[in-house]
Amino acid sequence: MNATRMVTAAALCLAMPGHAWAAGLADAPPGALSCSGCHATAAKADAAVPRLIGRNPADIVAAMQAFKSGQVPSTVMERIAKGFSDDEVKAIAAWYGAQKD
Amino acid sequence: MSAKRTSRREFLKSAAAGAALLPLPAIAQGARGRVVVLGGGFGGGTCARFIKRIDPRITVTLVEANPTFVACPFSNGVIAGLRDIRAQEFGYDKFAGDQVVLSPGTAVDPQGRTVTLGNGSQLPYDRLVLSPGIDIRWDGLPGYTEAAAERMPHAWKAGEQTLLLRRQLEAMEDGGTVVISAPANPFRCPPGPYERASLIAYYLKTKKPKSKVIILDAKDAFSKQRLFQNAWRTLYPNLEWVSLSNGGKVTSVDVGEMTLVTDFGRHKAEVANVIPPQKAGRNAEIAGVADRTGWCPIDPATFESKLQPNVHVIGDASIAGAMPKSAFSANAQAKVCAAAVAKLIAGERPDEPRLINTCYSLVAPDYGISVEGVYRPADGQIKEIEGTGGVSALDAPNSTRALEATFANAWFNTITTEVFG
Ligand SMILES: Cc1cc2nc3c(=O)[nH]c(=O)nc-3n(C[C@H](O)[C@H](O)[C@H](O)COP(=O)(O)OP(=O)(O)OC[C@H]3O[C@@H](n4cnc5c(N)ncnc54)[C@H](O)[C@@H]3O)c2cc1C
Ligand code: HEC
Repeated sequence: MNATRMVTAAALCLAMPGHAWAAGLADAPPGALSCSGCHATAAKADAAVPRLIGRNPADIVAAMQAFKSGQVPSTVMERIAKGFSDDEVKAIAAWYGAQKD
Repeated sequence: MSAKRTSRREFLKSAAAGAALLPLPAIAQGARGRVVVLGGGFGGGTCARFIKRIDPRITVTLVEANPTFVACPFSNGVIAGLRDIRAQEFGYDKFAGDQVVLSPGTAVDPQGRTVTLGNGSQLPYDRLVLSPGIDIRWDGLPGYTEAAAERMPHAWKAGEQTLLLRRQLEAMEDGGTVVISAPANPFRCPPGPYERASLIAYYLKTKKPKSKVIILDAKDAFSKQRLFQNAWRTLYPNLEWVSLSNGGKVTSVDVGEMTLVTDFGRHKAEVANVIPPQKAGRNAEIAGVADRTGWCPIDPATFESKLQPNVHVIGDASIAGAMPKSAFSANAQAKVCAAAVAKLIAGERPDEPRLINTCYSLVAPDYGISVEGVYRPADGQIKEIEGTGGVSALDAPNSTRALEATFANAWFNTITTEVFG
């Protein structure tokens, strides 16, 4: 990769920070944006499945563990939670916890 | 090229190409390069939105042929008379006005990096994202022409075809036979034909109970098969599935006789729904990103075409390994692609993604079932992570089926809000 260009691009990033939500999206850990297929990000969307934005990360992690182990029964979350390691879940939970409307 | 890069060549290939493409004059002006997204459905609509949100400095243009998008998910409910077609319709008014061009893309020049529009104008791009959905293979089933589809609708692109099939079912007398022909893999929405058969059977059971539904299938197995078949046994005794081995493969159709022909015999229908073989939307062919299968091979981490640099393909048109061709997949792929495109334009290395797919199906209005998968790139393909995913429990009580029907509706509302605002 061309080092000069990398530096130019990095400098531009600093010079022109995006707004908070945009910066958050660029940092979304692997898998996090797939959750929003069902867990709405928009406040006005369907409320049958709770939103994850702004939730306490520890609660998200605990829920995912309980789904994975089958301790809390679920329709889909057991099958989804099994696809993510503990570290991946922690990263996703921390990211959602940091998002704001 | 360094040794390190060579050892991860598959992954870095597209990243390197991205760096080489950084438009230097544009950077000097403080802009970030141009992305054109062709096709404003589940894949393209999502991708255009997310690229802009991830890096607002990128100029993003969404090119869509139709001012109104008619969603396929839940369109089987329209066919069964459970839902108004207007619940399927979405516009582009919630996208930034300068971001959407409502005109068909008629040509793509991957060397010159331009897209030509219906009015003759040209849009230059640094990166192009294609999400054109499917086209019917009109040469794929003898007798099944565009004219034939006016008598035997496919209703596999929602809109007029959906309403035509609905009208035919309404007009059919009690005691009639509805024949659905299901294609071989791969095709758009693997559980779709069986959801459709279920909801048509539901309509007939409630309104025309002497009628029956026959599925003629070019396969011996299908998505959520045991869940569907268990439900059919109790709910719809008048629904019959004929597998490939039992002579289900339709080899030609005779529109004049309203007959579907298999190697084992001829099936006369009062209403015939032919779900024909499919391929990536025509634009993929024009852009040179489709291979001999008719679908588009892609890099599993960035969705960049394996045939043309700087062109990404997402959604139904792509060969996404273990991921089925669904709106859920198209939406998940679009977000991964958006992140990768933003990184590549910035000269950075895209992350290794994780993707989820979920396909809900309604067997009856209050009876939902689902299939899930979690995916990652491996060996140059998108593979399902072992031990994940699967289908709804076979022995779940009706209350769980009802809950899944509620969640299915919620999914449709959530995803269409995410795409169309
Ligand atoms: C009956 C049925 C039921 C389904 N149910 C479900 C479901 O429950 N869940 C699910 O996840 N999926 C479902 N699907 C599948 C889903 O509809 C598709 O997988 C999804 O639409 C794919 O998204 P896409 O972006 O690839 O294509 P599309 O959503 O079809 O979008 C393609 C867009 O590109 C535009 N376009 C094409 N060519 C051009 C051009 N040359 N210029 C400009 N614009 C162009 C088209 O007008 C269209 O708007 C169902 C499908 C069917 C048929
Ligand atoms: C297919 C839709 C779907 C997807 C995708 C999905 N979820 Fe869920 N989620 C649900 C549903 C439905 C529930 C309710 C429990 C159930 O029936 O599975 C739920 C429940 C939860 C809960 C508990 C919320 C509460 O307040 O009780 C958490 C936390 C959660 N999901 C996290 C996630 C994360 C993290 C992801 C992405 C890795 C994700 N979900 C992806 C549908 C989904």
